[in-house]
Parts: sequence; structure tokens; C-alpha cells
Amino acid sequence: MSQLTVNGIRVDDTFAEAFGMRATALSITAHDATWARQAAVTMTGFATSVIGCGCEAGIDRVLHPDETPDGRPGVRVLLFAVSTSELQKQLQNRVGQCVLTSPGSACYAGLEAEEKLKLGDALRYFGDGWQVSKRFGDKRYWRVPVMDGEFVCDAMTGLSKTAVGGGNIIVMGATAETTIAATELAVAAIESVPNVIMPFPGGIARSGSKVGSKYKGVAASTNDAYCPTLKGLGNSALDTDIASVLEIVIDGLTSDAVAAGMRAGMGAILALGPERGALRIGAGNFGGKLGAHHYHLKDLLP
Amino acid sequence: MSALVFSLRDAPPQRLDLAPLTPDRLVGLSESKIAGIELQTTRERLCAGDVFKIRIGDATQIRFEGGSERFDRIGAGMSQGEISIDGDVGIQGGRLMRGGRLAIAGNAGPWAASGMKGGTLAISGHAGERLGGPLSGETVGMRGGVVIVRGDAGARAGDRMRRGMIIVEGNAGIYAGSRMIAGTLIVRGRTGRLPGYLMRRGTIVTLDGSDALSPTFADSGVHEFVANVLMASYVQTYSPEIAVMLRRPWRRLLGDMAVIGKGEIFYPAVAN
Repeated sequence: MSQLTVNGIRVDDTFAEAFGMRATALSITAHDATWARQAAVTMTGFATSVIGCGCEAGIDRVLHPDETPDGRPGVRVLLFAVSTSELQKQLQNRVGQCVLTSPGSACYAGLEAEEKLKLGDALRYFGDGWQVSKRFGDKRYWRVPVMDGEFVCDAMTGLSKTAVGGGNIIVMGATAETTIAATELAVAAIESVPNVIMPFPGGIARSGSKVGSKYKGVAASTNDAYCPTLKGLGNSALDTDIASVLEIVIDGLTSDAVAAGMRAGMGAILALGPERGALRIGAGNFGGKLGAHHYHLKDLLP
Repeated sequence: MSALVFSLRDAPPQRLDLAPLTPDRLVGLSESKIAGIELQTTRERLCAGDVFKIRIGDATQIRFEGGSERFDRIGAGMSQGEISIDGDVGIQGGRLMRGGRLAIAGNAGPWAASGMKGGTLAISGHAGERLGGPLSGETVGMRGGVVIVRGDAGARAGDRMRRGMIIVEGNAGIYAGSRMIAGTLIVRGRTGRLPGYLMRRGTIVTLDGSDALSPTFADSGVHEFVANVLMASYVQTYSPEIAVMLRRPWRRLLGDMAVIGKGEIFYPAVAN
């Protein structure tokens, strides 16, 4: 594979292949920042990949009280799914089980869009008839009585049909320590980019996958071409100096947001240099035939 | 372009139906056409040109110089633009209003905002009884929009209200929010006896208490309500002082248990 070298780091002349997704955003608040974050973390748990979790979700950013509808500390989360119906189902289940249940929480639309998903309109029945609908201007809220007061929730939230899931960077290094150091820096840089999330643990996936498997009925399996312990096989994509590989998957509300996230992540890795960080940057794709969005690494160099 | 101005010549000799003088109906009309619009409510014909000196201008911005408690149905059914009156108006000001803004510098008679569906009605003086309420035979009162009264409101403000918000910066008369179906009625001062009489759903906020509460309301204690912060944010534009007060803890009274009891009155934390 042809490569560029930037600041001593090899950059593959390849591209990340990403997919069109349905997405929504929520602003979750609570009486303090700790509990707002707790509700958001719980709600976005087990949401690393649409393959096995139904959706991909994560924290976009922390919201200052000035930015939330009720003037309390908050967190903005993003949810992505492959269909509107699955996104609606995941939204309802996750807010119902993880935000409604969290002490002091309230949940608001985090995205304004023409098309809508039910939020409070789907959860209000928990009130068993004691729920109250309040409309202030063009916004409608539900107030559901709960044991610590009321759960307040927007009736609807926005639906985006132009979201993108599966932007990615593959980070390759000489040791596990230097590889994760570079990847952590990249995650920190991407966290500052608005409207994107990295759904895997701490933003990092160590088990990148390929489509299909030798086993019947298994949709995805290990990306053996990028496994350092299989480097001796003929189809390995790794050089002899690579001993550890990590991947950052980026989902964004827009294609531009995903590109900005990838650019920020690559910039952080390249700035760190090869001595303390990665030796090579690549990206995952499926030959360009499956995903509508292609992000060429050479176009995203800082 | 300056506003279209109706300047009152003399005190009207009869009650006037000013419903035809809205932006919806006047846009595109010549001065002579406007002057010929009939406003009488008796058999004696009375046209706009007989009652007002007309200065032609932008018909989406209508100004009445001079007011009268005989100015009935002003702004009725309007859906756009703005009408301002620098005096009093009679009955049913802003009735069935759907949009735009109606600003009354003086007092408004009974049934202001009756059946209102949208827009904003601002009354700088006092409002008569049954603010937002239905007329005889109608089942639903105000259905949307915002009414702000800087003075007092008469009896049964918000009667059979279905949606929208009424803000009264002064006091309200007896039976405020009677038979409410939904919506929000906020009274900065006190309400007369029995606020929320037979209300089914909806919210009444009586910031300075009431002369007498119905025993058919159940005291649910004093709480901080996140929803009231949302209400305060919305009210801020119309009445900043009330917005500050709404952010406090309030006593929640559930009722009216004489009907389905799904309504609420937010009452001062220390009852008075």
C-alpha cells in the first residue's frame, strides 16, 4: 500500500468507509453534574456497535447550566441506528430504563429537526394517568410523577436522516504502550469536536472486525489482517515493526462532523510523533462498495 | 411604511363591531373601501369613515387613536400583523384570534381572548370577567396563544381554558380558572374565592394566595419543580418579575376532586 510520511509517521493512502445512519440527540440534566453524567453514561452503555447493541451511542459533550432548558448541569448524548424504527425503540428503552430511573434527571430534545421521534410521548404512560402535559410556546413537555419529584421530558426530539456512522482511524504502533498513548490523545482531540461520538470503550476499539466469518451465521469476525499475532500470515496488512493496533470509530450527525473528528484525531497522533506514539495510521473500509461515505486520509491531514 | 391609523372622531353613538378592521381583512384595500366598511351593531348604519379619520398606511400595522368601551370584538379572528389601541375596548377583544399581536393600552371588557387560538393579546389595564372564556353554548374557551394582563382580571378568568397561557400581573376575581380543561393561568396577585372551581386538568399559579380555597383540592406539599423553571423561561419574555417568582418552591394542590382531579394549583409555600 502506498503511503505518505508525516512527521515520521506513515499514513496509508486509503480511506475510511462509513454508512448513512439515523440519529438523534438528547440533553440530559440533573440537579448536579455528577448525576447528569451518570444518567448519560448509563443510557449510552452497551451501545458500541449496531451489530450487537441495536444502536451506537455516546456522550457528545458536557453542557453548562446556561445551555440547558432547565438551567441545570447537563450532558448531550447522541444515538445512532440503522433505521428510524430501531432508533425509536432504542431511544424509548434507554431513556425509559436509564434516564427516567436516574435521580433528579430530566431529558430534553438535543436536536431540532423537521422529522421527530417520540420521547416523552412514548414514556408518559409510566405516569399511570398522573402525567401532565405542558405546552409552552411551540414546545410540549411531559411531567411524570416519580418518587423523588417529577421526571420532566420533551414530548419529541429531532430525527436526523443525514447522520454518518463508521468513520474510523486505525492506529498502529511498535508497542501497546505507545499505541494506546497515541490513541488516547486522538480520542481527547476528537472529544472537542461537536456532534460526534466515539461509541467504543473510552472511544477505542481493540477488536476491529471484518464482514463475515468462516462460521455460519456470524455476521462479523476479527480483522485478522490487522492482528499482530497473525502477522506471519500471507494476508497480514501489518509491517514488521507493528506490534499493536487500535481503532477509533467515529459517528457524527453530519458527514462534515465525522471528517472533522478524523482530522482532529489524526492531527493529535501526527503531532505526538513516532517516538512516543504511533508509527502508522490507516483506516478501515470494505473496498468502497458498502458505505456511501469515503474519508480519504490524505484529504484529512492537518 | 407607517401604520394604518384609525383616529376616533367622537365617542361612538352605538356599540361597534370592529372585527372587520384586522390586517387579514384590510391588506390591499383602498382608503375609500376601508371607510365604507360597516361597523354598526344596531339598525343604524355606521361605517368606519363615519367613526374614524383614516390615515392610510401599512395594513399589517393598525393603530387606533382613542378607545372606547364600545369598541367590541376588536382584533377578532386576526391571524397576522399587529393592532394597537391607545384606550379602552369593549367585549370580546381578540376573540378567536389565531395569530399576530393585539395590544390594548386601556381596559378590556368581558370575554377578551374568548376562544383565542394563537398570537398574543396584551392588556395594559384591567380585563373584564371571563377572560379567555367561552360564550354561551360553547364548550371550550381559550385554545392557544398568550394573554398578558398588566392590571386585574375579573371573575372566571380562564374559564374552560383548553390550551395556552394567561398571565395576570394584578389580582384575579372569583372562580379563576373555573372548569379549566388544560393550559396555564398565572396570577401575580391574589385570586378571589375558589380558584380552579371544577377544573379538570391544567395549571393555576396564584403567587399571592387566594381569598378562599375549595376543600376539594388536596395539598401535596411544597416542592421544587423543574417544570416551573421551564415555565419561568417562557414567561420571562412577558413578565420578568413573575418568572423570578416561579423558580421558587411552591405548594402543589391537586384538584378539583369534585371532578377528575387532574388539575393543579401552585400556591405559596406558606399559605396565606
